[in-house]
Amino acid sequence: MAVSSPTQTTQIMNNVDAVRATLYDAMKNDPRTVILGEDVGARGNVFLITKDFAKEFGPQRVIDTPIAEASIVGIAIGMAMEGLRPIAEIQFADFIYPAFNQIVGEAAKTRYRSNGEYTCPLVIRTPYGGGVRGALSHSVSIEALFYHVPGLKILAPAFPADVKGLLNAAIDDPDPVLFLEHKKTYRLIKGEVPDGHYTIPIGKANVLKEGTALTVVSYGLYVHWALEAAQQLAEEGISIEVIDLRSIRPMDKTTILQSVEKTRKLLIVHEDNKFGGIGAEISAMVAEEALFSLDAPIRRHCAPDVPAMGYAEPLEHEYMSSPAKIADAMRELARF
Amino acid sequence: MAKTDTKGKKLERNGLSDDQLRTIFRNMLLQRQLDNRGFQLNRQGKVPFALGSEGHEALQAGAAMAFHRGKDLLAPYYRDLGLALGIGLTPYEILLSLFARAADHNGGRQFPNHYSSKAAGLMSFSSILAAHIPHAVGAAYAMKYRGERGRAVLVTCGDGTTSEGEWHESVNFASIHKLPVVFLVENNLWAISTPIEHQMGQPEIWKRAAGYGIPGHRFNGFDPIETYGNVNEALDRARNGGGPTLLEGMCYRFLAHSTDDNDMTYRTKEEVAEHRKDDPVPLFERVLLDHDVMSAADVEQLKRDVLRETNEATDRAEAMPYPTAADLYTHLYEGAWQPWQ
Amino acid sequence: MATTNRTSPPFERAGLSDEQLVGMLRTMLLQRMLENRGFQLNRQGKIPFASASEGHEGVQAGAAMAFARGRDLLFPYYRDLGLALGVGLTPYEVLLSLFARAEDLSGGRQFPHHYASRRLGIATISSIIAAQLSHAVGAAYALRVRGENGRAVLTTFGDGATSEGEWHESVNFAAVHKLPIVLLCENNEWAISTPLAKQMGQPDIWRRAAGYGLPSTCVDGMDPVACYLAVSDALDRARTGGGPTLVEAKCYRFLAHTTDDDDRTYRSREEVEAHRRDDPVPNFERRLVEAGILSPEGLECLKAELLAEINEATDRAEAMPYPGGEELYRNVYADSTDPWR
Ligand SMILES: Cc1ncc(C[n+]2csc(CCOP(=O)(O)OP(=O)(O)O)c2C)c(N)n1
Ligand SMILES: Cc1ncc(C[n+]2csc(CCOP(=O)(O)OP(=O)(O)O)c2C)c(N)n1
Ligand SMILES: [Mg+2]
Ligand SMILES: [Mg+2]
Repeated sequence: MAVSSPTQTTQIMNNVDAVRATLYDAMKNDPRTVILGEDVGARGNVFLITKDFAKEFGPQRVIDTPIAEASIVGIAIGMAMEGLRPIAEIQFADFIYPAFNQIVGEAAKTRYRSNGEYTCPLVIRTPYGGGVRGALSHSVSIEALFYHVPGLKILAPAFPADVKGLLNAAIDDPDPVLFLEHKKTYRLIKGEVPDGHYTIPIGKANVLKEGTALTVVSYGLYVHWALEAAQQLAEEGISIEVIDLRSIRPMDKTTILQSVEKTRKLLIVHEDNKFGGIGAEISAMVAEEALFSLDAPIRRHCAPDVPAMGYAEPLEHEYMSSPAKIADAMRELARF
Repeated sequence: MAKTDTKGKKLERNGLSDDQLRTIFRNMLLQRQLDNRGFQLNRQGKVPFALGSEGHEALQAGAAMAFHRGKDLLAPYYRDLGLALGIGLTPYEILLSLFARAADHNGGRQFPNHYSSKAAGLMSFSSILAAHIPHAVGAAYAMKYRGERGRAVLVTCGDGTTSEGEWHESVNFASIHKLPVVFLVENNLWAISTPIEHQMGQPEIWKRAAGYGIPGHRFNGFDPIETYGNVNEALDRARNGGGPTLLEGMCYRFLAHSTDDNDMTYRTKEEVAEHRKDDPVPLFERVLLDHDVMSAADVEQLKRDVLRETNEATDRAEAMPYPTAADLYTHLYEGAWQPWQ
Repeated sequence: MATTNRTSPPFERAGLSDEQLVGMLRTMLLQRMLENRGFQLNRQGKIPFASASEGHEGVQAGAAMAFARGRDLLFPYYRDLGLALGVGLTPYEVLLSLFARAEDLSGGRQFPHHYASRRLGIATISSIIAAQLSHAVGAAYALRVRGENGRAVLTTFGDGATSEGEWHESVNFAAVHKLPIVLLCENNEWAISTPLAKQMGQPDIWRRAAGYGLPSTCVDGMDPVACYLAVSDALDRARTGGGPTLVEAKCYRFLAHTTDDDDRTYRSREEVEAHRRDDPVPNFERRLVEAGILSPEGLECLKAELLAEINEATDRAEAMPYPGGEELYRNVYADSTDPWR
């Protein structure tokens, strides 16, 4: 992890706890911080991330909004322009579309269009991703729809310590950040989280496991599954390098290229659709910068080209990858 | 109507001094002169685009007079030249925007009339209708949250813009939290080519206020004094914790939507001529003359001053350099930027 | 908190026959029993998710009775089990949806209670709040364009949905074109954990109608007969060229939002208990028995019959297969789903 010193004390927490603890500190430490979103107050967010925040910080700072996503983001932009540090929540990533204009057309352009006179230090948090029987409207991945947009930053950490470090970085950042939290990892993934305030630089990937046979680049839930698959392949004698992107915009070219130049093979794994997905940009970058280091075609193991996973178990199963499916993709590329 | 304010009848001035009345009139003349200049420069091929607010002068000059410089915030839309002037922008700044010069507030990035100035309390906005309204509400929330009594946000938009979802979401949120914000609709009866009856089921926008539980009023936006009275009262209420107000100022768009539009494809000369009878600029001139606020000589002198000022500003702005190609890449994020790191 | 003037008349059958009145009760009982079944199955671990509309039975049975099967179109939301049953959906279809089986109307793709059936005139909806409104308005426009007099669209939504921009845009458009549509708000005072006071500046949604130039009514949503009357009047007006109506039915959500919600975190038991006195199901049972329309034995018989039907439907649906994995790829487009050609 980014910060560890011998004297550093840590705590074990899951991803929900990490988001909650980080938001709590931000509220405690900076009176300019306000949280706004649907059901964030008395209910404490649908995943209980802000439970009791309204009691402690008051309804002025923990705002239960009407169901109106465009204005949740738009009002947060106005707050940010006027000196507050809003953290807007979209209850599920699937509900972010009504706010598309405010995110892409307004937040991302505020600094640019005013030639630096106005800025928009804003965090938009939202749970995304499938594997929770969320059906067509509670399970989508949205990163590819936004990563095309200059002016935004997009983070998608997978581990509690990264959640804390990157959420802190997002809150401190002077520009709008879309902070994606994979909802299946919320309670599933636990890990050590350093105490105290720290940030992880935006735009730095993390090599989770070093290997020689091929490089796997992933983010979110599938990072965990890729690690599991890599462990499996290690037992078979195939050594896989696993990179967790953590930051989708900006993205860490150096780490990816260093790894690919070493392993000479690249597998990109993500839950979002393949066509026009994050993997397409990574593939293009590697083809531009390191084509002759490759010993095999780049492979992408991503979601099929359907709008979302269906509710019935077999439909979700078909849509989602798994450690076994990822292991198969690794074996196939390793054999090439 | 201002028309009925003829000689002999007492001038209802809503507390405005002679000086303030003259300031309002000066703003109106300047608006019209600058609008004209924009269209001229466009026809001369010197600027690719211009937009007129002819018909909105009284509304904007009157509203601007109610704005407290250094305290209030303005979240305007693209037809608010007069408001921008009224809260302190100079003709030179307007011309820089028309010419898209480097020294423009936006560095020549935005369309003309999309002013922003932190110093003047003028919030940055895009061309996207209604997108600025939640920003105004967010700013008002910040004021209320910090307990800043005596400050308020004035946010304007056209009649057409009230059809946008973001308009509704914003007014609703402001009503719930009783925020210090005034929603001022400049109803000029048209949204480009769409007449009011194709925009809404009943034509009185102020009547929507009751549905949000806030006060709403309609006034004659051709009368700057009446406008001032309404906007001042609403802003005062907002500044003193009384919450938002929905105001509808009635006016008319005398010109085409912009230099890219030909309004004769969708409305008649006769309709425009009928509204021209109420043109607020000559009307207000008459009022000031009739009530001896200005003499005919004063008016002539003022018109000459305004023209000279516009000419000077034009020459000065035109002589300024464009932004350079390198300026395309600045101010995207704080600091230097590459999507790949 | 919204205190409503319940305009409940003394027992009044509004021209409904005994059979129709009992039919409404049947829908209400079926709705409640099916939802109970959903919760049971969820607790047994047989289905991952269930939701309930307890407290909405009155408005839904009444509205469904006003709906002209085979003619009108329904654009409901996710809390409209009773409406779906009332316009002809069978318990077996409901169970197929709960179990997400291949035979389900959406092929097991959608969350429970997102029914779509051309046969019944029920449009496909997503879980996205207020997204169905513009579709409903578009369908009403289509009816108008095709000159289909005598047909209308009924669309429903919660109180929370009225905050969405799309709600405003849709109501406004319907009003501009005087479309054959009824906009029925099932106001249960809560949007998950958000009470009315945090959703809007004043608690009466019907009051917004005037701002759009629309007629409106407000009814006691716990009274199926009153709801029938209000929706029936509004649908009649829509079918005969009288344009849209906004109907607000004041009801209450007795249970948590879904099986994933715990409402004790945000509202008191006393509040819920106080509303239980208005529970439409036992109240309507009692009214029919007291009026001699149904005997106590007849009522027990009806309940036993419904339970048997639900048990049978549960067993039948549970025994049906899931969709296969290959079903994931069907119906993305009319033709091939490969993005590369
Ligand atoms: C979201 C969006 N839709 C459409 C347009 C194109 N457009 C620019 S101005 C305009 C008409 C606006 O009318 P109104 O709000 O009445 O203002 P007015 O120009 O009459 O002052 C339209 C449709 C836009 N800029 N943004
Ligand atoms: C666009 C969108 N935002 C948020 C949600 C999450 N959500 C589902 S139901 C609900 C509350 C809806 O309240 P209301 O409209 O009053 O209907 P009710 O559930 O009370 O019947 C919310 C916020 C959603 N489904 N879609
Ligand atoms: Mg207009
Ligand atoms: Mg509700």
